[in-house]
Amino acid sequence: MLRDDLIEYSLHTHHSEDQGKKIRKKIFFVTILLTVITAAEVLLGAFIHQNSSLWPFVKWTFIVLTLFKAGYIVMIFMHLGDEKKWMRNVILIPYFIFVLYLIFIALCEALNVGGALALYGN
Amino acid sequence: MGEHAVILDSKTLWGGKESPFSTSYGKLMMWFFLVSDALTFTGLLIAYGYTRHAAQAAWPIGEETFNSMPFLGHGYPLLYVALMTFILIVSSVTMVLAVEAGHRMDRKGVIKWMIATIIGGFFFLGSQAWEWSHFIHGSEFGKIELADGSQAIVRGHFGEIENFAVIKGGVHHKNGDIIKTDLLHQFQHAAEKGSIYRNESVIVNLSDQKKITAQLKMDTTGVKGAAEKLIVLNNKLVLLKKQLNEIQSKPFTGGVIILHDGSIAKINKKADEHLMLITKKSGSKFKVGSEPIEGKKATELYYGSISEGSANKVVYGANLKQNEYGPQQYGQFFFFITGFHGFHVFSGVIINIIICIGVVLGTYHKRGHYEMVEKTGLYWHFVDLVWVFVFTFFYLV
Repeated sequence: MLRDDLIEYSLHTHHSEDQGKKIRKKIFFVTILLTVITAAEVLLGAFIHQNSSLWPFVKWTFIVLTLFKAGYIVMIFMHLGDEKKWMRNVILIPYFIFVLYLIFIALCEALNVGGALALYGN
Repeated sequence: MGEHAVILDSKTLWGGKESPFSTSYGKLMMWFFLVSDALTFTGLLIAYGYTRHAAQAAWPIGEETFNSMPFLGHGYPLLYVALMTFILIVSSVTMVLAVEAGHRMDRKGVIKWMIATIIGGFFFLGSQAWEWSHFIHGSEFGKIELADGSQAIVRGHFGEIENFAVIKGGVHHKNGDIIKTDLLHQFQHAAEKGSIYRNESVIVNLSDQKKITAQLKMDTTGVKGAAEKLIVLNNKLVLLKKQLNEIQSKPFTGGVIILHDGSIAKINKKADEHLMLITKKSGSKFKVGSEPIEGKKATELYYGSISEGSANKVVYGANLKQNEYGPQQYGQFFFFITGFHGFHVFSGVIINIIICIGVVLGTYHKRGHYEMVEKTGLYWHFVDLVWVFVFTFFYLV
């Protein structure tokens, strides 16, 4: 039996031609932003090498810029920014809790393993 | 979108009809799938980070490893990977435009942008095929094992091999033949097998040494005058070794190659330029993390090592067992992470094609909404998202 009382959420995302124009403008802005960030990363990498004293700073710049890019892709391209607040949270919060912990524990362990290998050889 | 959400009274809201997220089942499940897939990629990248952290300076650097462009050669660090990133970003943009057209029920617009996305996807896959092929075949120089047991990667411009001039005929080539085809391949193959020598006298010397060693091993019990003979042979061997050392200590000029048919040829090769050895595994003399070896010393060490007459002194390209860029795990992670991502891109292109056919047939137009395009779009953007992280953590840092 077909239910007629279900809400068709798929229709909520429909928009008019005028709204479309605004959305497309935003899309092109994000495109240019992502391209510029990628180009800046390559230029930075080409001029500052890993043996430079500036490298730790550059490395963290790369990581921050990557998170920036990822944020734009997820929030604008994937429309997560337009979803309800708690849908956003349900997707992001569990992921980040798990991943931040995993990064922390893996890198701590790696530094110790690396140190042990350097001390006692392979 | 949030602003379009319908406001309902609490009776309807708690009656089991309303989604707390104002999202359809399919889209929510796509998001949950993407979270699980994101965890898989996170796991892979963190495993990579773990291995890299533990290996420290022995790990290859992206800009040293990936510095080639199709048709242009070496010296363009990371430009190709940046181009791949750009291609994927553009195809992500065309996808989001397809989704936007779908929200306006603009069927033609959806078809146009989806086809553009599919083309972008194929471009990316093609780029990755080139990248893999280049990674597997490696550079002209390869990775070298030096006499002290250390290993070094080699950077610089490889002087072109002009020809091989046969000086002692074999099965296929006559004395005086000039070989002009398939030179680099034969050179590398010979280097791997240890069939490149400084000059012909090394080959003669080594074969004499081999003969004497074999004679020394023969059973001489009960043979008259064997003891005297052994002394003579031993003295000969010592002399030969001394002569070899003298030859090996002279500067390397040209060298000779034993071809696969057994003929010996002189290598006519232009000089290498800007040769640089970067130590990636410590030995008794050269240590990881020290200054690169440059100039004449680098040339001498490099050719000294491949012309020693022993096999497996040089590694070209990459496979799952060894690679010329760094530790074994580096190649494995490259193949697994970029391969797993490439497989996602491939699936994404296939799914996009299927959905695009649905759009052309009018399936979604009849349904009244293009949510299927939105769902495949989510997957496609996710693939782009993963690449952004692979680009940073595999290539940049």
